[in-house]
Amino acid sequence: MDVLLEIKELHTGFRMNDTFYNAVDGVSLSLRKNEILAIVGESGCGKSTLATSIMGLFDQRTTRIQGEILYQQKNLAALTEEQLNEVRGLEISMIFQDPLSALNPLMRVGDQIEEGLIYHTDLSKEERKQRVLTLLQQVGIQDPKHVARQFPHQLSGGMRQRIMIAIAICCKPKIIIADEPTTALDVTIQAQILDLLVELQKETGAGIILITHDLGVVAEVADRVVVMYAGEIVEEAPIKELFLHPQHPYTRSLFHSIPQMNKKSDRLNVIEGIVPSLIHLPRSGCRFADRIPWIPQEAHEENPQLHEISPGHFVRCTCWKSFYFNTRKGERYV
Amino acid sequence: MSFMQIHNLKVHYPVRGGILNSVVDYIYAVDGISMEFEKGKAYGLVGESGCGKSTTGKVIIGLEKITAGRICYEGVDVTNSNNHRKSAFNRDIQMIFQDAHSSLNPRKRVQDIIAEPIRNFLKLTPKEEKRKIHELLEIVGMPEDAKYKYPHEFSGGQKQRIGIARAIATNPKLIIADEPVSALDLSVQAQVLNFMKEIQREYGLSYLFISHDLGVVQHMCEHISIMYKGRFVETGSKYDIYKNPQHIYTKRLLSAIPNTSPIGRDERKKERILVEKHYQENVRKYFDRQARVFDLVPVSKTHFVAATSSMKGGF
Repeated sequence: MDVLLEIKELHTGFRMNDTFYNAVDGVSLSLRKNEILAIVGESGCGKSTLATSIMGLFDQRTTRIQGEILYQQKNLAALTEEQLNEVRGLEISMIFQDPLSALNPLMRVGDQIEEGLIYHTDLSKEERKQRVLTLLQQVGIQDPKHVARQFPHQLSGGMRQRIMIAIAICCKPKIIIADEPTTALDVTIQAQILDLLVELQKETGAGIILITHDLGVVAEVADRVVVMYAGEIVEEAPIKELFLHPQHPYTRSLFHSIPQMNKKSDRLNVIEGIVPSLIHLPRSGCRFADRIPWIPQEAHEENPQLHEISPGHFVRCTCWKSFYFNTRKGERYV
Repeated sequence: MSFMQIHNLKVHYPVRGGILNSVVDYIYAVDGISMEFEKGKAYGLVGESGCGKSTTGKVIIGLEKITAGRICYEGVDVTNSNNHRKSAFNRDIQMIFQDAHSSLNPRKRVQDIIAEPIRNFLKLTPKEEKRKIHELLEIVGMPEDAKYKYPHEFSGGQKQRIGIARAIATNPKLIIADEPVSALDLSVQAQVLNFMKEIQREYGLSYLFISHDLGVVQHMCEHISIMYKGRFVETGSKYDIYKNPQHIYTKRLLSAIPNTSPIGRDERKKERILVEKHYQENVRKYFDRQARVFDLVPVSKTHFVAATSSMKGGF
């Protein structure tokens, strides 16, 4: 297996009142070549923090990153800002959620795409301009010459996201991190952008880390899925395995919360309680235990680990074995 | 029988420009829509951003001025007459906003937020008012001591429930819900949706559910209208729209919804590209010369689609 990126025991903590609270707490995962790895979870589970840690986009005075992020024998977590700049944009690039706030409002989009080329390549001005036009064409823009001279506010949301993607792929990176790339878009545009991402990935063979909270998006494009809860990975599996046989109580509860056409009951499953805030996160035992109080304490592991229950399918803690849903009428179902 | 009818509603915003800042053009935000509301039913309004669905909600409740058309509430014409603050219409139509956080006054306690419609519309003694607030908090499943807190002390789902408590305080007949769950996480969304269904059943409420999320709309609503550029392209029951879509725009919208099953996704993608191609090729046929959507013609008793009469059989 060609492993592109390997994360080992990553802890990212934020400083609050002189103590560090880990938002990402011991995450290990690997990204392979030609793969779309989806990271799913609700807000506050640490999925965006994980992405930003890989890119090194945090203020180092207020955050603490421990652990290793290995890319081609280099530990990205230990690099200085200058060394990171050599990697960012060239080898690893990022697509942000909100293209309007990620793009520079005072620069023509063509120039913004060119920026990465100026920094990382020795192409001449003519060659760069040419490359920008090919890139725009590649991301499905009809009239690249005209669009390159426009400002972000003159473009629609879908077009802006296409520009973001063009910026991300301008130096043919090996890894693309897409942080909620379609959340701000309409469904029709979302479908187009996702198709575009998959197509580009097939062409370039890059690995994509797709961060999203939308399980529908995951089902449409991902190859492998990591489910995060409260800073930890709770389940990791190939796409079909996860959607057909989800095991961890959290994953299963999430699936039952999706409104679906062919469902018999019209009540959606609700996960009891709320996602604990960073300060009140339980740091020992099963972090999901509080939200499934009807499962006896003995079912949880004292120190929950990821267990491989079938090839490539990892589940944290042992509570999934005795998990069942509770309806309000007191019925149990699995 | 329907208790409220909207007839050929239009909202046009003037575009000013030129030398004397005169009106040079209009934006047709809502351009001639008609709806009827029956008791205890939920109506869905779906469309892309900018299609005028939020404007429709706002105009019904009276936050925007109507350019043309009529709103009849229980036989009374209430078009643009909402400055009578204590009118029955204002009491019976309430709204739930998309962003619960910015729709709650940060400087008021929860009890004052919920009490506002009560003080406006119901004449209660302070004691009765207190009891009513307790009752409302209980309905939305919040602890009693929540009434002394401020909005920022609650999570997103709880804030949305406070917004709902405020909306149902006057026992309304119709609640306009403008993207009530799109800012919420999946499990919290489930909680709010369940709850909205429950109070609907209990109090015979009607909803106008405005959303861009077709999954949520089909879960909540029996009757769905698809909107495009300020006009309806298709309206019908849930099954009409999902199982038997007629208009090309509806088909395209439906094919773009991600399915939550990874099986068969490659076929779905092919299908999606096919529909998109078909859409690009034939889109002109479905709109008139000014790129306006045609008027609705009936397909069946419940199902209407925008088409010219000559196209009626030709879908």
